[in-house]
Amino acid sequence: MCCEIEYTNIGGISGPLVFVEGVRGVGLGEIVEIRDGKSLRIGQTLEVDEDRAVVQVFEGTSGLAVKGMRVSFVGRSLEIPVDRAMLGRVFDGLGRPSDGYPQVVTNRRMNVNGLPVNPWSREYPRDFIQTGISAIDGMNTLIRGQKLPIFSGSGMPHNLIAAQIARQAMILSEEEEFTVIFAAMGVKFDVARFFIDSLEESGVLTHSAIFLSLADAPSIERLITPKVALTLAEHLAFDEGMHVLVILTDMTNYCESLRELSSSRGEIPSRKGYPGYLYSDLASIYERAGRLKGFDGSITQMPILTMPSDDISHPVPDLTGYITEGQIVLERELFNKGIYPPIAGLPSLSRLMKDGIGEGRTRTDHAQVAAQLFASYAKVKRIRSLAAIVGEEELSDLDKIYLEFGNSFEEEFLSQGENENRTIEETLEKGWRMLSILPQEELYRVRREDIDRYYIPSSDGGD
Amino acid sequence: MVSATETRNAPIEGKVISVNGPIVKAVGLTGVKMFDIAEVGPDGLIGEVIRLLGPVALIQVYEDNTGLKPGDKVISEGRPLSVLLGPGLIANIYDGIQRPLVGISEQCGSYIEKGVKLSALDVQKQWTFTPSAKPGDEVAEGQIIGEIEETPLVVHRVLIPPGVFGRLEDIVETGPRTIEDVIYTVQTKTGLYEGKLAGYWPVRVARPVRSKKKPFIPLMTGQRIIDTFFPIARGGTAAIPGGFGTGKTMTQHALAKWCNADIIIYIGCGERGNEMTDVLTEFPKLVDERNGRPLIERTVMIANTSNMPVPAREVSIYTGVTIAEFYRDMGYSVAVMADSTSRWAEALRELSSRLGDMPAEEGFPPYLATRLAEFYERAGLVETLSGAAGDISIIGAVSPPGGDFSEPVTQHTSRFVRCFWALDKTLADARHYPSISWVDSYTEYLNDIEGWWRELDEQWLAIRNEVMNILLEDHRLQQLVKLVGADALPMFQQFTLHVAEMIKNAFLQQNSFDPIDKYCSPEKQLKLLKVILALYERGGVLVKAGLTLKDITDLPSLSEMVRLKSEIPNNETNRIDEYRERLLGELESLKEQVLGV
Repeated sequence: MCCEIEYTNIGGISGPLVFVEGVRGVGLGEIVEIRDGKSLRIGQTLEVDEDRAVVQVFEGTSGLAVKGMRVSFVGRSLEIPVDRAMLGRVFDGLGRPSDGYPQVVTNRRMNVNGLPVNPWSREYPRDFIQTGISAIDGMNTLIRGQKLPIFSGSGMPHNLIAAQIARQAMILSEEEEFTVIFAAMGVKFDVARFFIDSLEESGVLTHSAIFLSLADAPSIERLITPKVALTLAEHLAFDEGMHVLVILTDMTNYCESLRELSSSRGEIPSRKGYPGYLYSDLASIYERAGRLKGFDGSITQMPILTMPSDDISHPVPDLTGYITEGQIVLERELFNKGIYPPIAGLPSLSRLMKDGIGEGRTRTDHAQVAAQLFASYAKVKRIRSLAAIVGEEELSDLDKIYLEFGNSFEEEFLSQGENENRTIEETLEKGWRMLSILPQEELYRVRREDIDRYYIPSSDGGD
Repeated sequence: MVSATETRNAPIEGKVISVNGPIVKAVGLTGVKMFDIAEVGPDGLIGEVIRLLGPVALIQVYEDNTGLKPGDKVISEGRPLSVLLGPGLIANIYDGIQRPLVGISEQCGSYIEKGVKLSALDVQKQWTFTPSAKPGDEVAEGQIIGEIEETPLVVHRVLIPPGVFGRLEDIVETGPRTIEDVIYTVQTKTGLYEGKLAGYWPVRVARPVRSKKKPFIPLMTGQRIIDTFFPIARGGTAAIPGGFGTGKTMTQHALAKWCNADIIIYIGCGERGNEMTDVLTEFPKLVDERNGRPLIERTVMIANTSNMPVPAREVSIYTGVTIAEFYRDMGYSVAVMADSTSRWAEALRELSSRLGDMPAEEGFPPYLATRLAEFYERAGLVETLSGAAGDISIIGAVSPPGGDFSEPVTQHTSRFVRCFWALDKTLADARHYPSISWVDSYTEYLNDIEGWWRELDEQWLAIRNEVMNILLEDHRLQQLVKLVGADALPMFQQFTLHVAEMIKNAFLQQNSFDPIDKYCSPEKQLKLLKVILALYERGGVLVKAGLTLKDITDLPSLSEMVRLKSEIPNNETNRIDEYRERLLGELESLKEQVLGV
């Protein structure tokens, strides 16, 4: 093949890009090997002309010189070996072992770019995952095969929450196999260490695969890391029939790498300097979640991203929210009140919730309880902003009851321990206890028969 | 003139000289025309010629072109990008360039591989064709010459294609026919024309009509805030702008399910895969109340999800609207849901940026507005070539970045649509759905369609406007409430706030998952409005006469009002009248009790 030919005519180096001149017969997206004496680097073609190729180098270009570089084209796209023996192992951002053990021996190799799933072949996700966190199970239910990101801000406990979900959702049953794939893009070593330790303590590390492209790795490597992790996930889910939870952190870093690459290619930027294709690029990652007809396994994605200055309209959370099936938003105000998990009541949403809850799945009253909690809590927010102006004393009696409801909701329903694992029954029961603080007439989103059954009539909320 | 059958020219062969993402440059394609189809590379990837610069043709490739090399061959047959129109479109699901997704999944499994070539319509399926014309008849373009039962809901009318006039030489008897059989021949001035059940039409060219008319019938959607407050006419255009999580897709789904068009074209353009799956699994199960048949039997789906190739996303809305025109020409009322036009605009931006075009606002190409206008202009109530009435309504979702309506796609779209359903984040956060804002939305069809409502009630517009005014008054008062609290307002204003709250909860808010509430008939909408108005008018008199708000809210029947929408089915609306009588009675006795003594 063309691997034999080595090109040495380098037209230039710019950022992560190398321009190779005089090349023939090179395809788009082909893998490139770059040798400069001692080291070997991997890259990919981004653009090919009749005699020139633009190559993106995953390991970065630092230390490369125009002279002395030898470039060869492999003739195929980036592939990684995939096998269930990869569980319990740690890899670098390009999928190479970094735990000191040798490469997994397998014949199965898969293209990291994947292929788009035929919408006809998808199975609509409906299976409820109990995370043991009331704010999620009760109001923003996670469904197997969903992509549900955590929108966070710097300093907030998104890692704690993701780890808690990973631990608590991974209850092993006899028929089904669960696994966690953790991909870190540009995060610090201690964040990665925290996840590894947390998985290890709960004994799920042996069922997990870890891909680390830490903050000190070349930024371009991060563009491949989520794809590598998802390629393994697809193998485990659809070849091996496992239920895979993929945690991707931090997608903001991924997007920044993409911006860096786009800017060194001289592309016309759209919002905040990010490329115009950021949406399509993110979709090519997020859409690799779900279930397929005729397959047992599933891929559930939980991307974590930090919103620069807590701004949800920043392009990264904004475009993510347009692709993912809802979002768990962490709120600084709750965080400052000392509430864990600080999951914002109103902007959080799970789009797949409607079909995964209710009779035969969770409980018949689930949807109505959630809707009522949302509606009543929205009213609390309005009353609070009014109280900030006129003072609590001036509020009507009903408004005061609402404030009481709001505080109890935050302190008892939302708030729970880092290791507290609530069943859905407990969550809904707590929900009704909160709603029982309000007079019955205020509960217009719940059915009458449910009020008769679950409402706790004493005016003090039942305790 | 475009002919219905495919004209095959001699193929022209060229070769690739450069590949930049989905944009490929090729040389050697002498004689190729703008927007001609080209097959690129060893896999024969489908592409379209989008620019001709001297000897170089720029081709946008509709499939993943990883691995494509300079030197690979390009073949063009000189035919524009077209869709195949004929029986079998209904209940089908296609990608952006009309490849059948079911067929693709049978051929290559769960993933879409490149280079798949499949006919858009089943070529072996036997359709029972019943002719309605006979040999010797003079026929003209657009004329109906026979019928097929495409689904139990749709009678497929077979038309003489545009551009064909003459004497019908021959036509087959009633019997099973495939789309490849010649079913009739027409002696035209230029020769013998052989007609089949299916034919090609270029996607970027609007199908001809005799004339356009002013829309006057409302497209009933069963969604109260739309039908009553911001109605769209059949043949009209509407936009649904909203940030993520405000319920654009849910609103589109509700409209696709319950609007009373004959045919629904649902275009999932750059959106989530699971949403299309939702439509695919739900529509065969959902039954249309009016005829007891599954909704899928009137629906065509185009799915080009966000992870499918970007250029095919750009073309998907044209594919959809061309299919819509085909059914309109048969005399049907067609509704096109495009979700989302922002993703389409972004595809346009991405391609234009790869072409090195000078960008206008936010990187979008300067021709964005023109393209949007052209698309929405394909809607309308028309007199078809055969003289029948047909219409296309287009409802486009818009996804403004950050929910900011001042961005270019929302702004340009609002110039070309006459109905604007603005989704409101705060309503969505409170799970008030549909989260269409009654303050920021508007419609220009109110006067056009008033006549239709008058048949139901002479006073419809007056009632609608009065309720709308309560909502607007509420909006104004809420500014005050934010500063001083509701209790500081005069009693009548407090009462207005209470009635407005009732309108929001008992009328505007609608649960699309509730078996009764999901679809609200026009009669029920009107009766609910009258209940609210009865409370406002009679109660208002009492409040002005000195009663407190509490006297009114304590009325036993008042707490039931909010449940009328979900407890009284569409065929029992007389129970709403009974409720209204009871409410009026209670108000009356309250008046006697308090004021009489």
